[in-house]
Amino acid sequence: MSTLSRDEVARVAALARIDLTPDELDRLAGELDVIVESVARVSEVATPDVPATSHPLPLTNVFRADVPEPSLPIADVLRSAPASEDGKFLVPQILGEE
Amino acid sequence: MSSPTVDLIEYDDAVARFDPVIGIEVHVELGTRTKMFCPAEAVFGEEPNTAVSPVSLGLPGALPVVNGTAVEYAIRIGLALNCSIAETCRFARKNYFYPDVPKNFQTSQYDEPIAFDGYLDVELGDGTIFRVEIERAHMEEDAGKNTHVGGATGRIHGAEYSLVDYNRAGIPLVEIVTRPITGAGARAPEVARAYVQTLRDIFRTLGVSEARMERGNVRADVNLSLRDTPESPLGTRTETKNVNSFRSVERAVRYEVSRQAAILAAGGTITQETRHWHEDTGTTTAGRVKSDAEDYRYFPEPDLVPVAPSRAWVEEIRSGLPEMPVARRNRLQSVWGYADAEMRDVVNAGAIDLIEATVAAGTAPAAARKWWMGELARSAKTDQVELEDLRVTPAQIAELQGLVDSGRLNDKLARQVLEGVLAGEGSPGQVVVARGLEVVSDDGALLAAIDAALAAQPDVVAKVRSGNLGPVGAIIGAVMKATKGQADAGRVRALVVERIGTDG
Repeated sequence: MSTLSRDEVARVAALARIDLTPDELDRLAGELDVIVESVARVSEVATPDVPATSHPLPLTNVFRADVPEPSLPIADVLRSAPASEDGKFLVPQILGEE
Repeated sequence: MSSPTVDLIEYDDAVARFDPVIGIEVHVELGTRTKMFCPAEAVFGEEPNTAVSPVSLGLPGALPVVNGTAVEYAIRIGLALNCSIAETCRFARKNYFYPDVPKNFQTSQYDEPIAFDGYLDVELGDGTIFRVEIERAHMEEDAGKNTHVGGATGRIHGAEYSLVDYNRAGIPLVEIVTRPITGAGARAPEVARAYVQTLRDIFRTLGVSEARMERGNVRADVNLSLRDTPESPLGTRTETKNVNSFRSVERAVRYEVSRQAAILAAGGTITQETRHWHEDTGTTTAGRVKSDAEDYRYFPEPDLVPVAPSRAWVEEIRSGLPEMPVARRNRLQSVWGYADAEMRDVVNAGAIDLIEATVAAGTAPAAARKWWMGELARSAKTDQVELEDLRVTPAQIAELQGLVDSGRLNDKLARQVLEGVLAGEGSPGQVVVARGLEVVSDDGALLAAIDAALAAQPDVVAKVRSGNLGPVGAIIGAVMKATKGQADAGRVRALVVERIGTDG
C-alpha cells in the first residue's frame, strides 16, 4: 500500500530546493514509502496516552550563561565565502522578497 | 516600477460601513549581552560580521546552546502580559531559504510557545481601557541584514546583488501574537498604536530591551480584515510587515481600512497576502501571496533539548517583576490626588518621572504639577524639546518651590528665577543671589516704601481711614512697584492697614 505519492515527493523536494530527475522521483517515492510505513507501524503500538517524543535524551534546561566570547576574526568569517565586499558576504541577485 | 492608482474610501465612511478586525505581531529584540544560541556579542552598529560565531554563521557542525538569560527575559515578558508559562516547551526549525538566514532555517518555537493565553489592558487617549487578548509569546532568533546593491532605488527589485552582514543573526527575539482584536470599531488604528506603545513601555520597565523603535528593536506586523458587521465571520486579512513606529502602526491600519473597504464596496475580494509599508507615502503595496511558499516544514529542533521552567523559577521571576506602568500610574495618581484629566495630561506630557522625582525631593504634588505642566511645559514647547531635555532638574524645581514656601520668593519672582535656571545661570539659590531677586522681607525697607506711597495718595488714606478698605489696593500696588515686585504682597497689605490705622 503506497501512502506517499510521486507528486508529494516532488513537492517536498521543491520546498527543500532539491532538483530530482523523474527517475529519482520514482525511486525515492518507493524508498520513502518504506520509511513512512515503518513509522506507521509505530503509531499502531503507541496508544494516545504515550506522549510524542521529540528528544530521546531525558534532559531539559541546558542553558549557557550570558557571557560574550570574542567573534571569529573577519578573515576567518569570509574565508569560505565565494565572494565578499566591504566585509560582507556577496550573494547573487535575490528574486522576490522574503 | 510605477504603482497603479489605488481606490480608497474615506476612513470615516469605511468604518461606518465595515467592522475592522486587527491582529498584531510584535517582535522585540532582547537586550541580552550575547545571542540566543551562541556567545557572540549582541551588538548594534558595529563593523559588519565582527560579532559572529560558527553558530550565527550556520557553519557545518556548529551546535547551539540556549542563552539562559534570554529564557528568563521571555518569561518576564510572558508574566507581564498575564500569560501562562509553559511547563515544558521546545524549539523548532522554520525552514526557508533566504541569504539572511545562513542555516536555511530560523530556530523558533512552533506548537509549544513559552508563554500563552494572556492579555494586556491598554489605555486610549481619552482614558478608555481596552483589553487586548494575547495568544502567545515565543522565543526565536533574529536574521542577518541584507543590503541590496545596484538598481535605481536600492530596493530589492532591480538589484544586481546583495551584501549580507550576520551581526544581527541570532540576536534573541520574543514574538508576541494577539488574538483577533475585535470591538475596536472606528478606533482600531488608535488601539493598534496604543497596544504597541504600551508593549514598548513594558519592555523598558522590565529591563528586557532598550526597545528603541528607530533601531528596529521593536517591529510590528499589522493584520487587518473587514467584515460587514461585528456578528459576521472574520473577513480575509492582509499582513502589513515591518511597521516600525507608533505613528506608522496607526497610519497603516487606517490605510488598509480605506483600501480594503474600497475593494469590498466595489464587489471585489481581498487577496490574502503580505503587504509592504511605505513610510514616505503612508501606503502599502502587495508583497508575497500566501500559498505553498508558506510551507515552512516546521519540526522539533533536534540540537536543543526542551525548556522546562520549574514553577519555583517562574514564581521567583514573578515576585521580582517591577511595577507595571499602568499600575504605577494608578498608584501615583491616588497618592498625588490628581484628577483623571490632570493625570492624563501629565502622562501624555511625559512628566510622570519628573514629577515623581520632584515630589521625592520634598515638593507638594500640586506644586510639582504646576511647575512641570505650566511654566516648564510652555518653555519646552517654545524650544521644541521634551520636558526631560530642559536644563532644569527635579531637584532644582524642588529647591525653587522651597524658596516660595519659605516666603523668600513670591510666584512672580520664582518665575524669573526659573528663567535664570533654564538659561544656565545656576541653581535657584545662585540665581536669586546673582539677580538679586529675593522678596524684601525687611519691614524697615517696606515701611519706608509704604510711607512714601501714603504720602503720595492722601485721598486714598482718607477713604481707608473712613472705613472704606477698597482703595487700599492702590497703595499696595504702588509699594509693589516701588520694590520691583520683590515684596510679599500679604505682608505689605498688613503693614499698610496697620500704618493707616495707627497713624491717625
